[in-house]
Amino acid sequence: MEFFHEPKIDWMGKKWYFIALSLLLAAAGIVSMVVHRGLIYGIDFRGGTMIDVKFAKAPDMDGLRRELERQNLHGATMQRVGQVSEHRVIIGLDLQATASSAALDTGRRAIITALAGLYGGEPAGKVDFNNASAPTVADRLMVSDPLGLSSKGLEVAAKAYRDLAEALVGYRDSPPQSGLIADFQQLLAVKGATPGVLAALHNDFYLSNFAVKEGKIVGPKVGMDLRRQALYVTLAGLGAMLVYIWFRFELIYGVAAVVATFHDVIITLGFFSLLNKEITLTVIAALLTLVGYSMNDTIVVFDRIRENVRLNKRENFVDLVNRSINQTLSRTILTSGLTFLAVLSLFLFGGEVIHGFAFALVVGVIIGTYSSIFIASPIVVFFHQKGLQSGAGAKPRVLEREAVGARR
Amino acid sequence: METKIRSRVILIVVVIVACILGVTGFPKNVQELKQNALGRIHLGLDLKGGTHMILRVHVEDAVNVTADQALERLKDESKTKNIPYAEIKKDDLADQQPPIHRIAIRGVPQEKTADLQALATEQFSDWQVSRYPGDATAWVLTLKTTAAATIRNQALVQAMETIRRRVDAYGVTEPTIAEYGGQGDYELVIELPGIEDTTRVKDLIQSTALLELKLVQDGPFPSREAALSAHGGVLPPDTELLPGPAGPTGETWYLVNRVAAVTGRDLSGADPSRGTDGRPIVNFTLTRDGAARFARVTGANVGKFLSIVLDSRVVEAATIKNQISDRGEIEGSFTPEQVQDLAMKLRSGALPASITYESEATVGPSLGLDSIRHGVLASIVGLVAIMSFMLIYYRGSGINANLALVLNLVILLAALAYFTATLTLPGIAGVILTVGMGVDSNVLIFERIREELRLGKAVGAAVAGGFEQAFRTIIDTHVTTVVSAMILFTFGTGPIKGFAVTLTIGLIANLFTSVFVSRVIFDYILSRREKGAALSI
Repeated sequence: MEFFHEPKIDWMGKKWYFIALSLLLAAAGIVSMVVHRGLIYGIDFRGGTMIDVKFAKAPDMDGLRRELERQNLHGATMQRVGQVSEHRVIIGLDLQATASSAALDTGRRAIITALAGLYGGEPAGKVDFNNASAPTVADRLMVSDPLGLSSKGLEVAAKAYRDLAEALVGYRDSPPQSGLIADFQQLLAVKGATPGVLAALHNDFYLSNFAVKEGKIVGPKVGMDLRRQALYVTLAGLGAMLVYIWFRFELIYGVAAVVATFHDVIITLGFFSLLNKEITLTVIAALLTLVGYSMNDTIVVFDRIRENVRLNKRENFVDLVNRSINQTLSRTILTSGLTFLAVLSLFLFGGEVIHGFAFALVVGVIIGTYSSIFIASPIVVFFHQKGLQSGAGAKPRVLEREAVGARR
Repeated sequence: METKIRSRVILIVVVIVACILGVTGFPKNVQELKQNALGRIHLGLDLKGGTHMILRVHVEDAVNVTADQALERLKDESKTKNIPYAEIKKDDLADQQPPIHRIAIRGVPQEKTADLQALATEQFSDWQVSRYPGDATAWVLTLKTTAAATIRNQALVQAMETIRRRVDAYGVTEPTIAEYGGQGDYELVIELPGIEDTTRVKDLIQSTALLELKLVQDGPFPSREAALSAHGGVLPPDTELLPGPAGPTGETWYLVNRVAAVTGRDLSGADPSRGTDGRPIVNFTLTRDGAARFARVTGANVGKFLSIVLDSRVVEAATIKNQISDRGEIEGSFTPEQVQDLAMKLRSGALPASITYESEATVGPSLGLDSIRHGVLASIVGLVAIMSFMLIYYRGSGINANLALVLNLVILLAALAYFTATLTLPGIAGVILTVGMGVDSNVLIFERIREELRLGKAVGAAVAGGFEQAFRTIIDTHVTTVVSAMILFTFGTGPIKGFAVTLTIGLIANLFTSVFVSRVIFDYILSRREKGAALSI
């Protein structure tokens, strides 16, 4: 099977249309960023408090809002996420400029109190089983000792109750419960959970009808540090790539590859801004992936250009670049198509948590492939033509380097 | 030729077996297999649930304590060495970064200058003595920067150890406690798998847990003002006012000795227990040295009140009925959890410096499970799509590519297990890029082989030529990406590092699988092929 048989497309002849398209996309993204006053950062970078709650039944959003107001949490954002049947709400509190870490923690506690208040509050002295960790459950069981293990020694009892607590909590967290049980009787399914154990749990715990799926409290410094680090480290990575390509090809190839990759990142970020999507930590991971992918794609094309330069010393450089792109077109389409399939699968089936991540890659794979042909290659061609005009050709230097490479 | 292929096949089989055993161990049944695989591949908190915290250790606290002690010592030594002075006080340059700690001593007569300098060099070797600018009789002792740095670093290490002991005692399996951020940030990252109710564990980590047993001089008073006015507005020397537990009539204040009879350092053990009335209490025992001191103090003060002070707060004050030596109990209005935690904190020792939280992220285990389920489904769909396509497009050689891809993933998993690296969500991003570049390597090679065949070369020559041509490209793409991944690994933290780890391992594995393994399979097929038969590509 074969898609392309020696195509003869004049890519460089059409470059201006695509460069114009790139500029348009980049401009749209940048305008959107300016209008939004920068990118929309997720809580990881912006700082603040975020709590993702799953309710047992459809949440009463108005009641929740009232309850939050009652806890003095003005300006809290609420957003329903996931499938409707999941009953999930993300509650966010923005970081005030002066917020200390203590204030952040207070915000979270207030949200939890509001949630508890929404469904009648908590019985005195009891702990919410749906939001308890294994050590707390183990401690309570240790005290009530429903299995009568204290006679066997402290060590034995502690180990037994720790294992039991982990099994109970594990059952609660696995699907279909997914973090919420409605009745202690459900726990009978757990090995070792005797009616006596359930009675003891009943004494010490109550069951709220919400479970905190995810909670984040990010102080101002950490958010800022992360943003700065992500930027600097990525730039350093690009710099290292530039140096390597400079060493293997020549400087202009490195510059072109880095510019093309940068172009991809800018346009992808533009899409995020245009579609009002948040930049989260996982999106940063996706952008790093995109950088790697785009660079890989560009180098494959450049490698072919380098090879053809060595083989055909007299060929017109524009024709040579066109031919190189055509020769690698089959692999470009194949690889991009397959990678696109993989990330599309992530986008469709990957679930809530990696949605932003998959979106960045879906956009990134297309842009990354496109930029190798329409951004990176034209830059090299442009520089080459300039070089010929001024009399100092770029070609001989490539040949020199290739000669060295060939000897190795 | 035959033996060359055979030895290469053996090498590949050894690698495969080693990798598979690296992940699965030697299981006796399916359940054990699952357990081993899950135990060896360390999942990050974003996948398995738990709490991730970044906190700052205020190491300057520890330096201040050292400086305070030096100040007291300087006063004492000046007295014994007969050096008169008008005033000794702290004279810190707190706005410097890092702060500079100084002690100023004023009004030292000219003839005692040599004595003071001798004292400073002999007994205060961590301090630099110099003239105070603009005052002939004043001197200043400056804590040497190296000494201050040592104290700060020790405080950080000690805080880490204390926190580790507390977290271990709390029952967290496989916690991570490590330095975070740059030099001079004094930040720690703490990861607690499986912990979602953070209020309790945060309190457990954060509280200084400095236990002091102090003699009560007077009290309780209903307020600070009442206590002061009872002593004519001036506290007696070497005493201090401390808040106590809230009583039925509101707050209480105690006037206690500044110097403690015994402190948490003198404890040899602390255990949760129940008092005679069934209320939760903490029993503690003292070291021999501590017990001797405690016996002396309690013996001399029978009938007086003794206060139990925790983090500068009186939790309990009780009459000394008779001389106590090596054991005692702390009674307050505690819940069972509080007693458990207090005993734990006392056993783990006091923190050398205060702590504040800078960020905290909790992933509920059920969310982690959901993520894994979705991620696995998406990965399988993606892989099946890629593999089917490779089979359709490259037919026989597609099997070759798919084998290389699967082997790449097996090596990647095994390497993660061997290096005990952690697989996180960003790490999965690295795996996706690895798969993409792995497929790309095979496509590059196959397309080149097709080109060579089109030029009319014989099958053997075409395969050799295809690999040779593609190899240069593959090396360039891989080295470029690995170089940048190394940078991400070295300078990045958390998510960025997680991405770099899987990407680096994956790409190195990919060089092995798509260039070496794939070639061996081709050579093997070619060696068994009938002369002149076409290659399925």
